[in-house]
Amino acid sequence: MKTSKTVRCMSFLFMFILLFLTTGCADNYIVLDPKGPIGEQQKDLMILSTLLTLIVIVPVLILTFVIVWRYRDRKGRKAKYTPNWEHSTKLEIIWWGIPIIIITLIGIVTVRYTYSLEPSKPLESEKKPITIQVTNLDWKWLFQYPEQGIATVNYVQFPEDVPVRFEVTSDAPMNSFWIPQLGGQIYAMSGMSMTLYLQADEQGEYMGSGANFTGKEFAKMFFTANATSQENFDQWVNQVKHTSPELTLDGYKELTKQGTSDVRYFSTFPEGLYEMTVTKYAASHNHGLSTRVQPPARVKE
Amino acid sequence: MWESVKEFASEFFVTGDPLIYGADVSIVLSIIAVVSVLTYFKKWGWLWREWLTTVDHKKIGIMYILASVLMLFRGGVDALLMRAQLAMPEMQFLSGDHYNQIFTTHGVIMILFMAMPLMFGLFNVIVPLQLGARDVAFPFLNALSFWLFFSGAMLFNLSFVIGGSPDAGWLAYPPYSELAFNPGPGQDFYIWGIQISGIGSLMTGINFIVTILKVRAPGMTLMKMPMFSWSVLSSCIAIVFAFPILTVTLALLFIDRYLGGHFFTLDGGGNPMMYINLIWMWGHPEVYIIVLPAFGIFSEIVATFSRKKLFGYKSMVFAMIIISVLSFLVWAHHFFTMGSGADVNAFFAVTTMLIAIPTGVKVFNWLFTMFRGKITFETPMLWMVGIIPNFVIGGMTGVLLSVAPADFQYHNSYFLVAHFHQVIIAGVVFGFFAGLYYWWPKIFGFKLNERIGRWAFWLWNIGFYLCFMPQYALGLMGMTRRLYTYGWDKGWFEMNLVSTIGAVIMGAAFLVQIWDIAHSIKHMKRDTTGDPWNARTLEWSIPSPAPFYNFAVMPQVTSQDDWHERKLRIEQGLEKPAKVELEPIHMPKNSGIPIVMSMFWFFVGFGLIFDWLWMAVPGFIGVIACMVVHSFNYDTDYYVTVEEIKRTEAEAGRVIT
Repeated sequence: MKTSKTVRCMSFLFMFILLFLTTGCADNYIVLDPKGPIGEQQKDLMILSTLLTLIVIVPVLILTFVIVWRYRDRKGRKAKYTPNWEHSTKLEIIWWGIPIIIITLIGIVTVRYTYSLEPSKPLESEKKPITIQVTNLDWKWLFQYPEQGIATVNYVQFPEDVPVRFEVTSDAPMNSFWIPQLGGQIYAMSGMSMTLYLQADEQGEYMGSGANFTGKEFAKMFFTANATSQENFDQWVNQVKHTSPELTLDGYKELTKQGTSDVRYFSTFPEGLYEMTVTKYAASHNHGLSTRVQPPARVKE
Repeated sequence: MWESVKEFASEFFVTGDPLIYGADVSIVLSIIAVVSVLTYFKKWGWLWREWLTTVDHKKIGIMYILASVLMLFRGGVDALLMRAQLAMPEMQFLSGDHYNQIFTTHGVIMILFMAMPLMFGLFNVIVPLQLGARDVAFPFLNALSFWLFFSGAMLFNLSFVIGGSPDAGWLAYPPYSELAFNPGPGQDFYIWGIQISGIGSLMTGINFIVTILKVRAPGMTLMKMPMFSWSVLSSCIAIVFAFPILTVTLALLFIDRYLGGHFFTLDGGGNPMMYINLIWMWGHPEVYIIVLPAFGIFSEIVATFSRKKLFGYKSMVFAMIIISVLSFLVWAHHFFTMGSGADVNAFFAVTTMLIAIPTGVKVFNWLFTMFRGKITFETPMLWMVGIIPNFVIGGMTGVLLSVAPADFQYHNSYFLVAHFHQVIIAGVVFGFFAGLYYWWPKIFGFKLNERIGRWAFWLWNIGFYLCFMPQYALGLMGMTRRLYTYGWDKGWFEMNLVSTIGAVIMGAAFLVQIWDIAHSIKHMKRDTTGDPWNARTLEWSIPSPAPFYNFAVMPQVTSQDDWHERKLRIEQGLEKPAKVELEPIHMPKNSGIPIVMSMFWFFVGFGLIFDWLWMAVPGFIGVIACMVVHSFNYDTDYYVTVEEIKRTEAEAGRVIT
């Protein structure tokens, strides 16, 4: 191939830009900067699987370049030319073999991690997990703290080093509940309650989002997940308890209407609201790993 | 009266957006332009006789390709609009609604109305020629398939100016796509546009399976068949199993929306997750349906331009069949986070990874076809070589995504968006481009300009990396797909800007390609050989463009790469161009029924979208009437006389005695 000067210039420019891209500001890559045990393991798994695949990819890329370069047609080339060579059992065994080995390795790792990272599996910890019930609404997140009796919208706070048991459901089209720095997401679906254990090892404010499209203002479904000390958390609960309005059943109905919302706090919420939301659609969709759904208790107005 | 007309028009037509008004004007202007040009040059009769009613597979193929290039333009404009909106945080260019409609139509158009018809176009033009056949097995059905695709596509595109576009994503997940959340006609446009063209796709699948199995040239056993035809066979087998699932799924959704069913609704016992399972049972094989033929194209090109036999033919065939079978066992990897449990996730993670094995083998085989070859870099080969790194990286990120527990972090993020664009653009679109450049002289009788083609290649590739590499990064920064806006605080600005620049470069590359075509038409050098690349398979043994009956004399096949072997024998003086007796050729007659019937289907769809039974019912009666008329039509074929064959061959510069 006659590469013109412009083409060569362009490819250099291009390599340069790639270089620039790959060395960008590293602290933005929040998925690779996890702050909890689940995210940590997922990051390890991502890196491990990347390395394993690179074992195949890198030689292939080098081989491609070498072959294309060496066997290009030009005057006075010395490389061999065998127009009828079309089969070699040895070579074919090699490249059926290599991917099989690599995929087997990745497969084994994947299966092991799939069981150990199953999102409904409780985290090992000396501390008792705290439960937070998450409801996906159009277009906001409602968080209920059954143990503390408070509720929030688009803001969730929990103590560090304590496993958080998120119970996730939806009173709107399916969304996906995701706090990237703590760990992977889980779908928020109507008629069922999913369990996702996460934990923050460090204090900090983490970005949370809805990852599955649900319509017009889906892009506004970001929330802050704030991991604080136990002390701070208790203080915060206390404050919300004493300074915030109640969430009534009517108030909840108001929340379910389509529209975005600012951060809001509620000192109390109707008892059994979460269970009512889940069972409202269909109680029959509970998988084994979903939370056990009790029939709604007496609804307090 | 006037008031009610005005009210109707304001609901019927999409109003209130300057972009749409601009589109309205350009649509009207182009219709006026087309109609007046046709009338001025008195071309209506010609258009009807030569094109609209044709059953010639080559012309149908050209129409598919033309339609898909138009759709590529539309889908590309959608992409640029989206990238413009995302170029900066807090951009005010598109509203949330409008953005949602654009990404939905972008996805549908690119997969179903661009990639599929481009693929069918290549099937149509090339497969019968490669097989040494005179036509596909069912020429009438073939024309009907095209027109069904076309009316489906037009119906879908109409939603953009009439009624409002669908906005629930390219797979229209319920319950968001249900009446409760999506009351407008957009989703119904989606259902009927896809449904009507989907029937066409299914029929094409059947048609090509039969064609490949039944109408090959004498002597061409399956294991002597060119690799592209093999890839078409495996892709069509997947079509035949996958598309009925799509038809049923969309029909159920339509029952929900139109008749008040509760298959996928939030309440009333509906289960939206059932839809998601069903749609991916079609959707995942669909990805392999479009990529397998691209593998076939690479195999043809790499052998031709390395001047060498394809390495590992049997492996290639085997790998392709494994891929088309496995593609049905991986659908749940699209929703590992749905809580199916570790058993299910582990199974689908492993089956997904398994596909990487045969795919990897194919890459090795292409490499070793080049190994010890004499590689020249004409545009088709340039694309072929350029695709390898693209596709290998895209494949690698696919394996990464298939690691189920890690996918909990990648899922629905820009990492995923980058991955599937990388495999679909590099694997499918670039692959079909390579095929277009390769077969262009066979289709139209002249080569495209090499220099401009090279520019297009480089622009596409540079734009491509610039656009999608930053999106991997954005995924790892936690950016989720389908966001129409984001804040400055997220830190996503730089990467998005670079990505947008890449998209603009790809847009420019498309224009360069159009320029390439225009330039080449203006300065064309007729290819008189019929075999400008010195290629290996049967389609190159006849004049370019192929005469309407393809082969004046049926070829006798004795080996793989039969045309190449025959050229060698002639060169060595072992074989002389044989004297042959010409015989009259049996050909199908043109028919207006496919286009008329598809128009009736269009009315059925349009009527049901707007709940106008006065339009849908007569439309449906029209469909039935067309079927009846065709069933009683016994005058469907004719013979080409020996004189006419001689005359046509002589015009193409071949003398047959």
